Amino acid sequence: MTQFIIRRLLQSIPTLIGASIIIFLIFALAPGDYVTRQFENPKMTPERMEQLRALYGLDKPLPERYLRWAGNMLRGEMGDSLMFKKPVISVINDFIWNSFLLGVAIMFFEWLIASIIGIYSAVRQYSVFDTIATLIIFMLYSLPSFFLGLVLLKFFAVDLRWFPVGGMITTGSNYTGWAYIMDVAKHMVLPVATLTLISVGGLSRYFRANMLEVIKQDYIRTARAKGLKERTVIFKHALRNALLPLITLFTLEIPSLFAGAMITERIYNWPGIGKVVLQAIYVRDYPLFLGYTMLITVLTILANILADVLYGIADPRVRLK
Amino acid sequence: MERPTPTLDYRRKNKKRGGTSLWQDAFRRFIKNKYAILGLVILTFMILFAFIGPYFSPHQDVPDVTKANQPPSKEHWLGTDNLGRDVLLRLMLAGRISLTVGIAATLILLLIGVSLGAISGYYGGWVDVIIMRIADIIYAMPGLPILIVMGAIMSDLKIPPAHRIYYVMFILGIISWVGVARLVRSQILSLKEQEFMLATEVLGLRDSKKIIKHLFPNVLPTVIVAGTLGVASSIISESALSFLGLGVVPPTPSWGYMLSAANNMIDFAKRPWLWIPPGVAIMLTVLAINFVGDALRDAFDPRQKI
Repeated sequence: MTQFIIRRLLQSIPTLIGASIIIFLIFALAPGDYVTRQFENPKMTPERMEQLRALYGLDKPLPERYLRWAGNMLRGEMGDSLMFKKPVISVINDFIWNSFLLGVAIMFFEWLIASIIGIYSAVRQYSVFDTIATLIIFMLYSLPSFFLGLVLLKFFAVDLRWFPVGGMITTGSNYTGWAYIMDVAKHMVLPVATLTLISVGGLSRYFRANMLEVIKQDYIRTARAKGLKERTVIFKHALRNALLPLITLFTLEIPSLFAGAMITERIYNWPGIGKVVLQAIYVRDYPLFLGYTMLITVLTILANILADVLYGIADPRVRLK
Repeated sequence: MERPTPTLDYRRKNKKRGGTSLWQDAFRRFIKNKYAILGLVILTFMILFAFIGPYFSPHQDVPDVTKANQPPSKEHWLGTDNLGRDVLLRLMLAGRISLTVGIAATLILLLIGVSLGAISGYYGGWVDVIIMRIADIIYAMPGLPILIVMGAIMSDLKIPPAHRIYYVMFILGIISWVGVARLVRSQILSLKEQEFMLATEVLGLRDSKKIIKHLFPNVLPTVIVAGTLGVASSIISESALSFLGLGVVPPTPSWGYMLSAANNMIDFAKRPWLWIPPGVAIMLTVLAINFVGDALRDAFDPRQKI
């Protein structure tokens, strides 16, 4: 097992280098840089622009810029965000936990609802419930997240005024303790609902498919023949095995907890990392974008390895080589 | 669905059913699926709506500021936009763009994914290692941020609005080929071990012939299913990009671009007829495609139900 993990970690090094080169090139080869974007006023002389470029290190040849950037990256220094005028790491740290908060809530509701719908429609396959659930799930699954977000915002916040139109806390308020928590929770309802509804469809289909497969197995028939209660058969015998492949899915979802949801966060004005990075793209703040992208890439690679390891532990039939 | 067995009984049954090729079998299962039929009906409607619909519209797609921002009425069923253009007509025209981009992007992704997957699976060795490494790299990178950055770069390169649509197709294609390539590769790997491939070896067929005539038909069902579902996700990605103003931009509207009207606070709160119809159009189209894709998967491989 240790050997497997070490080898997978070593194998992921070239992947990481490749990804870093591509990500770096995408941004470096674009014609507009932060200086042209930020100082598009006619008073700016070409000389001053060159000075600024030299200051930000934008005047060096590409390979040199890449190596310097990659070297800093390895030491954990992501440089300074041009937009916030402070280290990228502290910008990410400022905003990522707001996204994490959303992410955890979404993951909780997503898995809760998906498991209930999935298991119930598998047990009662082709029932009225299954048919209606399938239809609704397909509709949710087919919605672009931003459209659902806009509709919920318009209906529940603008028209009904049940929830605030955006942000994370009520502006001008200085709640503490429980009142603060309730205020944040109120602001979370709509973004969490949007992203949960979008993602619940796919997951519940997986739950349903896995359950259906397991329920047809011989040992389930044996369990029923032994006279066990249906509840015991479903939850103790069937569900455990149906959950196995979902371990992988769950682990692969971990990076998305930190990634934030760019468009939804923007719609709800949620101060998360997704919204900030979207803004960074608009103003060509590339240190921030590069830092964020590399962070997510590393997390994705690690989650992949973790998923394989966990699956190997959970299902002894799979042998890690 | 019962598997035919080589007995007398089978032959009789076979005569009655008239052939049991994979395609006929799949077709039979497909048309029995209610969701598939529903999907096909919606999809046909959306295609007619987008491509034929504009010819039946009494309006012209020209600005007329005297009629700006009218709510839905008898004359303008979905109202007018801030330049006084008929929203229903714009919706149809935008449908052309969204559907075309979705289909073209998928064709590009299939072209890249299928050929790289086939080469990788068939030749193995270092070619396989390199292609799969590239696939790993692209898979590890966050898709939406990269997509948005590419959209921003298009703006920096000052690509003329009329050409942006082609770049959008291409970008969507090169970002999303990895899944298809992996699927095709794994199928080719297992097909390669089967006897009929040994037979082609014995016959001394050329590699290109082996791949195109013998391996490809066997991967085709997978490719069709992946392609159908790919159109759905391409339409969604395009709409997200255009919603942010980084995808297809005016004068050619797409559904996503029409939705970006919601970025304006007043339009968003007071004029929902500007942005709700394109959202519903995206949902219906994607829903229909997902129904068809799902039914196709069940039809080709009834064992693998998701």
